Amino acid sequence: MLSRTANSIYWMARSLERAENLTRLLDVSHNMSLMPNSKGGQQELLAPLTITGRLDQFRETYPQLNAEALLDFFLFDEANDGSIFSCIRSARDNAHSVRDKLSSEAWESINATWLELRHRRQRGISHEGVKSLIDWIKQRSHEFRGAAYGTMLHNNVFHFMRLGTFIERADNTARILRVKLEVMESQHNSNHAIDFYQWNALLQSLGAYEAYHDKYTGGLTTRNVTELLILSAELPRSLRYCIGALMSQLIAIEGDQGQAAKRLCAELHARLEYGEVDFITRFGLHEYLNDLLRRIHTIGEEIHRSYWEGA
Amino acid sequence: MTAIEKPAPHLYDEMLCNEGVHEHYRAYLQWLENTPDATLEQKRREADTLFRRFGITFNVYGEEEGTERLIPFDLIPRIIPASEWTHLERGLRQRVTALNRFLHDIYHDQEILRAGIIPADQVLTNQQFQVAMLGVDLPGHNYIPITGVDLIRDSDGEYFVLEDNLRTPSGVSYMLENRKMMMRLFPELFLAQGVAPVEHYPNLLLETLQSASDADSPCVVVLTPGRYNSAFFEHAFLAQQMGVPLVEGADLFVRNGCVFMRTTTGPRQVHVIYRRIDDAFLDPLAFNPDSMLGVPGLLSAYRDGNVILANALGTGVADDKSIYPYVPDMIRFYLDEEPILNNVPTWVCRREEDLAYVLEHLEELVVKEVHGAGGYGMLIGPKAGPEELDTFRQLLRDNPANYIAQPTLCLSTCPTMVNEGIAPRHIDLRPFVLSGSEIKLVPGGLTRVALREGSLVVNSSQGGGTKDTWVLEGAPC
Repeated sequence: MLSRTANSIYWMARSLERAENLTRLLDVSHNMSLMPNSKGGQQELLAPLTITGRLDQFRETYPQLNAEALLDFFLFDEANDGSIFSCIRSARDNAHSVRDKLSSEAWESINATWLELRHRRQRGISHEGVKSLIDWIKQRSHEFRGAAYGTMLHNNVFHFMRLGTFIERADNTARILRVKLEVMESQHNSNHAIDFYQWNALLQSLGAYEAYHDKYTGGLTTRNVTELLILSAELPRSLRYCIGALMSQLIAIEGDQGQAAKRLCAELHARLEYGEVDFITRFGLHEYLNDLLRRIHTIGEEIHRSYWEGA
Repeated sequence: MTAIEKPAPHLYDEMLCNEGVHEHYRAYLQWLENTPDATLEQKRREADTLFRRFGITFNVYGEEEGTERLIPFDLIPRIIPASEWTHLERGLRQRVTALNRFLHDIYHDQEILRAGIIPADQVLTNQQFQVAMLGVDLPGHNYIPITGVDLIRDSDGEYFVLEDNLRTPSGVSYMLENRKMMMRLFPELFLAQGVAPVEHYPNLLLETLQSASDADSPCVVVLTPGRYNSAFFEHAFLAQQMGVPLVEGADLFVRNGCVFMRTTTGPRQVHVIYRRIDDAFLDPLAFNPDSMLGVPGLLSAYRDGNVILANALGTGVADDKSIYPYVPDMIRFYLDEEPILNNVPTWVCRREEDLAYVLEHLEELVVKEVHGAGGYGMLIGPKAGPEELDTFRQLLRDNPANYIAQPTLCLSTCPTMVNEGIAPRHIDLRPFVLSGSEIKLVPGGLTRVALREGSLVVNSSQGGGTKDTWVLEGAPC
């Protein structure tokens, strides 16, 4: 497989996953911002900016932080290369340059999403409302995944696509968790009502609300949420799951390249597979997440080095 | 349905004639007359949506927003009866064979020049003549695996060759997608009529490309300038249909005289490059040093016979306007046959008697610069004022060798869906000829249509559209 093709496929998948994650984040922020300020509404608006590291960029363009400005910045702002609009454009551009490697159904899905998104952008958010826009983006992402799973050969192209998806998703879960933790620590009066809403929102943004209640009885606790989102072998957005999937995709890719990436990934996977929530708590959740993010970043760098710089 | 606007009496129309309708269009016309306007309009919109969703687009240079545009697709097919196609196919095989012989000859013994059939300086000083190709032996002496020949019809319906495209002819993807679209929209038409299939073109193309190499299982790639190129869709489409990698220049490199591509499992040797990049951009070491599209060292690997380029380097000399008038002579010289397909009558102004004729009939003629393209440096006699005519008379006398002249063309028309209903519009035809160990064609080609009333410009960059082209197998039923 051409190195450039692998690179484009990988970034197509990363950008699309990023767009979906961002959508989930906005969904929750939107819900939370509807709550009275005493429950942390303003904090919620800050969260997507902190998670994506775009607070400064936001402040340059928008005088005030309110729900409307935030949505505009993240949904449709062309100047923001981290907006959903920009992510989907980049995913589509990457797909376009390797369209011969996608199944026609997968290509048409992503192309149709892009065309429709431009149309919706012209009509503006108010036309249909935030909620339905957000649902639509999530649905489009599901559709592409379905088309790709169901119609593409599960060969190298597919493996590089999944590689992009899971590394982006792992990164996202770790970041979201870290920021939520910061928000809750900053509120440092251990108010159970606020904690409840915070954890609730976090689970919803990761589509893990039902999963939590399936697995745990009783209320939302930091311990259980941590266990589910970091160590669960079953939740498709948990760190253990994502790194495990990353591992199997790396192994499935033909050839001897990528030894370092495989090694680092296997090490990280072992930490998660045999990890214990008590250890994480003793280590410090915050520090643990920082360490995870560093490791994920290094794996990403190794993937670059092995498959497209070295060739 | 709305009435079909009558064609002009002095032009040949593909569907309608004095007696009513040409026999091969009878069944289609009946169907058309029984189809409500609303249905046609709905199908037209459906086609538009589908083309857009499939991303079957071309890129327009220098446009920021929405740079990917659709080529307008017309629902009314251009139909060719089997007997007509048989004649065309014979003519195309003959013409392409002679052109290929010509290319081999001018890069080797140059017999045609020594025989005085074509003035040597016309060939040797031509910008498209590649000195680097002199004495290079290509496997099977095959220079032009892929050819597109533009055909038009005069007022009597006779076919003429307007132009040979021997460099990187495009449009075949639209031929294939148009057919797919028509079968999707109007399956009943294909059940009722025996339309010869074209869908196997990519298989033929792959066979042709593979047969160009002596390697055991040759690795074939399509080389594209990238996704901003106007024909990128076609490059990606053909690569996908053939199941071969679509590469850009930066994906390839030359080592030890061989060409390799960079893959995730390391370098892999490439044997045949179906290149959709012009000669001048292929190798920055040999040609345009600023080219970011090419592969440094490619020319030397090519000359050593370690890689095949399709089409070969230096084929442009044979489709140049200054050489075009000599193609019938090439057919006579190399094949000892009379041309089956004629050229548009052309006066070569460097010949004294031709010049005299052109000067005398300037008001009726179109005068073209031999190396010009895109309508620059051109005189359209019937539309020119007295001053412009005088200017050209002077130019012709000063430098006659720089010009050729042709009668004002009258392309045939075909009923076409336009805003006002269905009206005749001018069309041409580009069949694609594949030359490997043998010459192969799929029946038909790409029909381009000038959508503006009276316009003769069929180019997609200037508002032209396309039609599906049907070659009927046997008599329509």
